[in-house]
Amino acid sequence: MSTRSYDAGVKEYRQTYWEPDYLPADTDILACFKIVAQEGVPREEAAAAVAAESSTGTWTTVWTDLLTDLDYYKGRAYRIENVPGDDTAFYAFVAYPLDLFEEGSVVNVITSIAGNVFGFKAVRSLRLEDIRFPVAYVVTCGGPPNGIQVERDIMNKYGRAMLGCTIKPKLGLSAKNYGRAVYECLRGGLDFTKDDENVNSQSFMRWKQRFDFVAEAVFQAEAETGERKGHYLNVTAPTVEDMFQRAEYAKSLGMPIIMHDFLTAGFTANTSLANWCRDNGMLLHIHRALHAVLDRNPLHGIHFRVLAKMLRLSGGDHLHSGTVVGKLEGDKQATLGWIKLMRDRFCAEDRDQGLFFDQDWAHMPGMFPVASGGIHVWHMPALCSIFGDDAVFQFGGGTLGHPWGNAAGAAANRVALEACTEARNQGREMDREGRDVLEAAARHSPELRAAMDTWKEIKFEFDTVDKLAAG
Amino acid sequence: MTDIQDYPSRMNDAASKRFGAFSYLPPMDAAQIRKQIEFAVANGWNCAVEHVEPSRAAANYWYMWKLPMFGDTDIDRIMRETEACKRANPGHHVRVIGYDNKAQSQGMSLVVYRA
Repeated sequence: MSTRSYDAGVKEYRQTYWEPDYLPADTDILACFKIVAQEGVPREEAAAAVAAESSTGTWTTVWTDLLTDLDYYKGRAYRIENVPGDDTAFYAFVAYPLDLFEEGSVVNVITSIAGNVFGFKAVRSLRLEDIRFPVAYVVTCGGPPNGIQVERDIMNKYGRAMLGCTIKPKLGLSAKNYGRAVYECLRGGLDFTKDDENVNSQSFMRWKQRFDFVAEAVFQAEAETGERKGHYLNVTAPTVEDMFQRAEYAKSLGMPIIMHDFLTAGFTANTSLANWCRDNGMLLHIHRALHAVLDRNPLHGIHFRVLAKMLRLSGGDHLHSGTVVGKLEGDKQATLGWIKLMRDRFCAEDRDQGLFFDQDWAHMPGMFPVASGGIHVWHMPALCSIFGDDAVFQFGGGTLGHPWGNAAGAAANRVALEACTEARNQGREMDREGRDVLEAAARHSPELRAAMDTWKEIKFEFDTVDKLAAG
Repeated sequence: MTDIQDYPSRMNDAASKRFGAFSYLPPMDAAQIRKQIEFAVANGWNCAVEHVEPSRAAANYWYMWKLPMFGDTDIDRIMRETEACKRANPGHHVRVIGYDNKAQSQGMSLVVYRA
């Protein structure tokens, strides 16, 4: 006994997909979109259209709608809010029932929620600001292969942030010369060095030679310093078969950590690699090439906090987070928000940090945020104060550009980090006393003194393009 | 080139061996060590003393000195135990661990005496 009849024609989305009285279930996946509707399209209609297009709906009514329980399966727009400081845009909140999505598949979630709907004509622009993954979904995902505490134990690093460096020039070094640069950084006191994202396996340096020479550099630096070292061997590859071949070889060399670009390689490859890392006890560093294409425009695309959440579900032990203070884009409050999403077990809604929902990560371990890009010793007090200990600070030019070479550059960074950490533990105010702390440390470290004299005047103070909505 | 300094680390030089946090700073004096232990205790971490022969310093497991001092917030007593460990084990490195049971990890691992 049907209660509905088939009525052909273009839909009024509002009738079916706008439910202001709906109370989201604990198991719903919730999304917050920032929408700019086309001229003359009411907010409720635009919000409902987005809910429809990203769930069960299409642009017209079809008779097969009546073969299922659409009321159960549909996404619902349930709330609309103003965007502070912007009259043209509004926030629309949409709830999706859990069974719209395959278990353990961030691929499926992002395909639905950030799929066709982003080209949809009823909206002029659309930005996915946040997603709430219910615990019921979180527990179906693998998550970080190891997590912060396991990595600390494996690498034997406690009581301070870790230090890294991306080897430069990005492209063109031979494998043997590349290994030299790695060795110099690690013997100087860094914990990690890193392949640049576009270092894969080019003709001037095939991956196998790079891995071999880097492994020798890592072992030699470990023997020399007595500390554990790693180099993020980039296994990002044209095919997943190549990716796994490189990962297996890194493991066979006894290397502790590999690296992957999760957006350019894709979530399927990333999730498989994360699972492999968990099974093989390998740490996984995640780079985020492509992210700014998706997340920089404040009115269209996907916010980085969503990408960070997806990655935590898909799996990674490190994820680049921005530095707040360096050469790359990053609003401080927003950055603090997504750092929380990477590390904490439970993240409460906090609009000041751009968190639109509570997010419970259940059993999932946290990841190290990686602050990288245009930072040097003078930034160290601010980095310690913003990020705390559970982070990796990566100084590329800030290590390799030291006038006495990589080892001295590395030692300068390590001395600066330890001096700031010691002072912070003593209760000293890093924001105010940072300069004094560095000056005092430099009296015992000629390497730090030279670094401080080299980078004295460099600052990066351009305005942030993507700011959190004011108010 | 004359004003470029060589980096002095050498494979067979004991002074080139490092021990994690604060090992790139000059050795801490008793007052500085005390402040770090105060920080650990203030965080609710449980302090423990460990020691090892220098040849085995890279191992995960050093010898435990007695047991971790669970719940002990008396900085003097923790300092006394590190001294006692050092006296009883001449020629060993000595470190103080701050066990963070909430994170199931070590919040601090501070080498207070290098053999």
